[in-house]
Amino acid sequence: MFEVEAPLIAKSRKAGHFVMVKVGEKGERIPLTIADADLAKGTITLVVQKMGVSSSKLCNLAEGEFITDMVGPLGKATHIEKFGTVVCACGGVGTAPMMPIVAALKKAGNRVITVLAARNKDLIILEEQMQELSDEVIVMTDDGSYGVKGLVTNGVESVIQREKVDLCVTIGPAIMMKFVSLLTKKYEVPTLASLNTIMVDGTGMCGACRVSVGGKTRFVCIDGPEFDAHQVDFDEMLMRLGGYRDIEREDMEKMKCASGVN
Amino acid sequence: MNITEERALPWRAELRNSMKAKERTDIPRVEMPAQDPKVRCTNNEEVNYGLTAEKAMQEAKRCLDCANPTCMEGCPVGIYIPKFIKHIEKGEFLEAAKTLKETSALPAVCGRVCPQEKQCEAKCVHLKMKKESVAIGHLERFAADYERESGNISIPVVAEPNGMKIAVVGSGPAGLSFAGDMAKMGYDVTVFEALHEIGGVLKYGIPEFRLPNAFVDVEIDNLRAIGVKFITNCIIGRTITIEELKADGFKGVFVGSGAGLPRFMNIKGENLVGVMSSNEYLTRVNLMDAASPDSDTPVFLGKKVAVIGGGNTAMDSVRTAKRLGADRAIIAYRRSEEEMPARLEEVHHAKEEGIEFMTLRNPIEFIGNDQGRVTHMVLQVMELGEPDASGRRSPVEVPGKTETIEIDEAIVSVGVSPNPLIPQSVMGLEITKWGTIVVDNDTMQSAVPIVFAGGDIVRGGATVILAMGDGRKAAAAMDKWIKQGLS
Ligand SMILES: Cc1cc2nc3c(=O)[nH]c(=O)nc-3n(C[C@H](O)[C@H](O)[C@H](O)COP(=O)(O)OP(=O)(O)OC[C@H]3O[C@@H](n4cnc5c(N)ncnc54)[C@H](O)[C@@H]3O)c2cc1C
Ligand SMILES: Cc1cc2nc3c(=O)[nH]c(=O)nc-3n(C[C@H](O)[C@H](O)[C@H](O)COP(=O)(O)OP(=O)(O)OC[C@H]3O[C@@H](n4cnc5c(N)ncnc54)[C@H](O)[C@@H]3O)c2cc1C
Ligand code: SF4
Ligand code: SF4
Ligand code: FES
Repeated sequence: MFEVEAPLIAKSRKAGHFVMVKVGEKGERIPLTIADADLAKGTITLVVQKMGVSSSKLCNLAEGEFITDMVGPLGKATHIEKFGTVVCACGGVGTAPMMPIVAALKKAGNRVITVLAARNKDLIILEEQMQELSDEVIVMTDDGSYGVKGLVTNGVESVIQREKVDLCVTIGPAIMMKFVSLLTKKYEVPTLASLNTIMVDGTGMCGACRVSVGGKTRFVCIDGPEFDAHQVDFDEMLMRLGGYRDIEREDMEKMKCASGVN
Repeated sequence: MNITEERALPWRAELRNSMKAKERTDIPRVEMPAQDPKVRCTNNEEVNYGLTAEKAMQEAKRCLDCANPTCMEGCPVGIYIPKFIKHIEKGEFLEAAKTLKETSALPAVCGRVCPQEKQCEAKCVHLKMKKESVAIGHLERFAADYERESGNISIPVVAEPNGMKIAVVGSGPAGLSFAGDMAKMGYDVTVFEALHEIGGVLKYGIPEFRLPNAFVDVEIDNLRAIGVKFITNCIIGRTITIEELKADGFKGVFVGSGAGLPRFMNIKGENLVGVMSSNEYLTRVNLMDAASPDSDTPVFLGKKVAVIGGGNTAMDSVRTAKRLGADRAIIAYRRSEEEMPARLEEVHHAKEEGIEFMTLRNPIEFIGNDQGRVTHMVLQVMELGEPDASGRRSPVEVPGKTETIEIDEAIVSVGVSPNPLIPQSVMGLEITKWGTIVVDNDTMQSAVPIVFAGGDIVRGGATVILAMGDGRKAAAAMDKWIKQGLS
């Protein structure tokens, strides 16, 4: 978790917005959701999961060090109103971007049930914060090492079966969002998914982030990141996310060799 | 002094009369020396070497110093062409550069990237005599480069600071030329740029082998020297709104936010892995330096690369692919070569470098493998029909005739739309159905009085020189508008 000084971004950001961050002269631009902001201090909070080269570089920054470039807020803010009962289903690092949405939904008077899911206990993050913000938190782990054993979809289904759900919001790995979406479609619960596609500029200039929504090509960075999950072509998105996997893996190996870590 | 009076000055008259017109027109047009095509497609260095002083002076002799210089009508900023050329003929290269700067903010750039054969050179009187036009672009480049290399860059005279703050949105050619003119008039100018680099398309789009970034940086440093401030990583409409700028005391805002949004063809398979816009491809390579081993940004190095389109962007992409190791680098264009909008020199250079041209071919489908990676492209064969609204003969399908070629990367270069960030975020702007901002043709002022605009955000996709011309026009008009408001 990072707190970054960015008074202008802190002032203008809303739930659902993200920033593009670049570490080092030859760094990559990567999108990160603004998890929280502190107006008085002029800071924003980012929660980052180590995935590959760029996220690791960011995580390796020590306190007081600088991020080379950061720009935002980007994307469309989440549409917040009083829907009634909202289930927020998040997995892995999707928990961080969900936090401001949970807070905003709660503030608008919704009953918010948060489903937190991860492979095991150690990967569950922000539980305390979510407990504070939501009416109820359901923790799910794949291996049962904490909370209820099962997938995020089991958690969501248990809620839908016991009470009327007006909206579901899901953020997490694409494969997870795909299954949440299939589930809520079955129960006809309107669902928003926040898509984490590959991005380059984040300002609508390149089209790297494009997805098919309802058969139309949309750009996640300017038209999204949230879309009607039932309209999203998750299979295509999964395919596109894998596009640079081989190159990324090579780069990661190089970085490990260079820094001697493993 | 107007141009007729200048032309009548003794030095000009003397020079003009020192040689017969016939002798001048008989001199063959200079050839731009360039890197060997076989060598240059393995490096990223500039293709053209530039003229030597002797060659430039020889070429300058070809210009007849016309009483009615039609060439100037072809230049969107009205560069005083015969005057700068005659300075070159006399060997007064710094004077030539100064003449260029009277009307153009970026002569080293325009000398390289203007489509001269459609602008100034298209109107040169030589063509009427069935001779090749004077190489105005090459000479312009020579004078600008000479000045830079001499270290004697003339710093323009700047008026007393008037303390009035002006904001510029975007640091492409439109924004830069506007900023330069306003700073010269004494305004306190700040340029806001969304990306982490200054220069717009000049940096992220046009490749190093055609326009080295270092030259763009020199121009930017010149602007800094006259007091222009640059703030990168700042998106107007997002990080700061125009309302906030106004509240912060900015008296005027010039929007030069360009045409950033890539168009796609909406055909089957276009979202396969390995199919991307030229903006993505060129941004990865030029802005993020993805091809160099120490860059974190990845780029896929295709071996069989097809680029769809016939403009400058397409040429830049295909030649970049060649330089990054493609065995086959192909242009697929739906019209014939004659209709290609790219600069003639680029088409010529591309051919020398072994780029394959598949004209009268229109992609209708991309085919991929089970991992979703593109493997083939299906092309519809076309033929030329009647001229369309653009005056070019429009391509029509030859029924039932298609071709399938093997590829591992496809770059879609079929045009761009205006960047939607500003149109979306400023209330009261008048926007066309193409997403461009409506402005008054003479003043470049929008429906929101404090906002002026120019360049690709007003014109759709245009050229560097037109964007610069808009910036200059807007600067003059905004100055007048602000001063009117004061009195
Ligand atoms: C709008 C948006 C908001 C985001 N918010 C956050 C956030 O708050 N916190 C956070 O940690 N991450 C967030 N992400 C994801 C983050 O941008 C990626 O994790 C990051 O780009 C990975 O970069 P890397 O160089 O470290 O890894 P890479 O080397 O690029 O990738 C490593 C592996 O991860 C896969 N991968 C790459 N990008 C993604 C992706 N976007 N989603 C899933 N898998 C991917 C690759 O295929 C590869 O296998 C967000 C993404 C988007 C689009
Ligand atoms: C690959 C390529 C090759 C080309 N080759 C030629 C050529 O050979 N000859 C020629 O004459 N023309 C060429 N062109 C066209 C020419 O580059 C453009 O017409 C010209 O750059 C337009 O200038 P501009 O100032 O309007 O916008 P741009 O150069 O597009 O600059 C706009 C800038 O504004 C920034 N911006 C956008 N929105 C915001 C915001 N809200 N806040 C802050 N900043 C913002 C963008 O990041 C960008 O840097 C080429 C274009 C491309 C893409
Ligand atoms: S600016 Fe462009 S059009 Fe004008 S004279 Fe120079 S090369 Fe020709
Ligand atoms: S028209 Fe040609 S010959 Fe005449 S002044 Fe212009 S460049 Fe020289
Ligand atoms: S990231 Fe480039 S268009 Fe969305």
